[in-house]
Amino acid sequence: MTQHQHEHDHGQDVPSDLALRVKALESLLVEKGLVDPAALDALIDTYEHKVGPRNGARVVARAWVDPAYKQRLLADATAAIAELGYMGRQGEHMMVVENTPKVHNLVVCTLCSCYPWTVLGLPPVWYKSAPYRSRAVIDPRGVLREFGVDLPENVEVRVWDSTAELRYLVLPERPAGTANLTEEELAALITRDAMVGVAKVGVSA
Amino acid sequence: MNGVHDMGGMHGMGPVEHENNEPVFHAPWEGRVFAMNVAMGFWRKWNIDASRHGVEQIPPADYLRMSYYEKWFTRLVGLLLKSGLITQGEFASGRPEGAKQTPPFTAAKAVETLGKGGPYTRNVAVAPRFQVGQRVRARNLNPAGHTRLPRYVRGRAGAVHRDHGVFVFPDTNAQFLGEKPQHLYSVRFAARELWGEEASPRDSVYLDLWDDYLEPA
Repeated sequence: MTQHQHEHDHGQDVPSDLALRVKALESLLVEKGLVDPAALDALIDTYEHKVGPRNGARVVARAWVDPAYKQRLLADATAAIAELGYMGRQGEHMMVVENTPKVHNLVVCTLCSCYPWTVLGLPPVWYKSAPYRSRAVIDPRGVLREFGVDLPENVEVRVWDSTAELRYLVLPERPAGTANLTEEELAALITRDAMVGVAKVGVSA
Repeated sequence: MNGVHDMGGMHGMGPVEHENNEPVFHAPWEGRVFAMNVAMGFWRKWNIDASRHGVEQIPPADYLRMSYYEKWFTRLVGLLLKSGLITQGEFASGRPEGAKQTPPFTAAKAVETLGKGGPYTRNVAVAPRFQVGQRVRARNLNPAGHTRLPRYVRGRAGAVHRDHGVFVFPDTNAQFLGEKPQHLYSVRFAARELWGEEASPRDSVYLDLWDDYLEPA
């Protein structure tokens, strides 16, 4: 049993007829000429195969190897991210917040599920879940511990609640021992979770 | 609205459950629901704020029980009926009435449009009411309609961290009462101001808040 099926057994059960109801609605919309099924396929393909966290990882890796790019990224994230070709829906107004040995950033949307699609793709279930949305602002250190990040008291935690149309990307710290890696190799280390702020980037990631 | 969607600071929701190697969609119907929501938006019968409000209006018990894309399905049906894009009769029977229309959103357009997005900034001369560094208080507002001012910050004092410029105001936009463009700020609230003395003295929460949500502190 996958974890997801397991969750469904405990209060997140999808009615068995939901898939059928979705199909019925799509048929109605198609027959009425309101929707082009090929457009739906294109949308799904975009977020399943083209737009995802590899985009964000390339942004972060570039910032790690190119100090001038990093400066532009922190000053005007939308423009700097567009330099790499990533722009569009739910990435119109980007902010990049930098982790340092003294500051750790964490991104949440307490009101819904706002997330930087252009650089991370669509959000994972946990990001949209009641536990994360309720706790990230009141107990960020507890949430981080559950993700395996135990921050010392002297590190400042900044939580960014995405209440408007600004979308936040965390610039994680570059791990030690990566001086000889290429930009491409660095990008391969960078995870979605690190760019939301619930993980650090590790060399063995 | 003071709905269950406004979750910041609530207790009792349990641990965060992380799924390794999570797929983008867990079943094909989730992808279809996602794509229908995006595609139907191009009829321009609603905007992103009205669409968010559609999810907020799902009754609390259902909101907590439903999976994410079930909420999106419910919201879409609500918007389709309310906007008149489909009728109750059509929804019940599954059969279209009237002449066949032409979708505004084609596959070719889909990729192009997603790549462009649509900015929420407005190029109008509106003076900011607050300056960076200024102490501000989030107003104690309790509108029954859509708002992006979470309960946990109302009445609390913080400082303006950054002026993002002039943005569409969601509270009016969601109700089709106009965009009421105004300055949007990043405001920093100390964790102790929000959660009391138990919170870390170093930590803080930043929210993006519009002029209408704020007053001088």
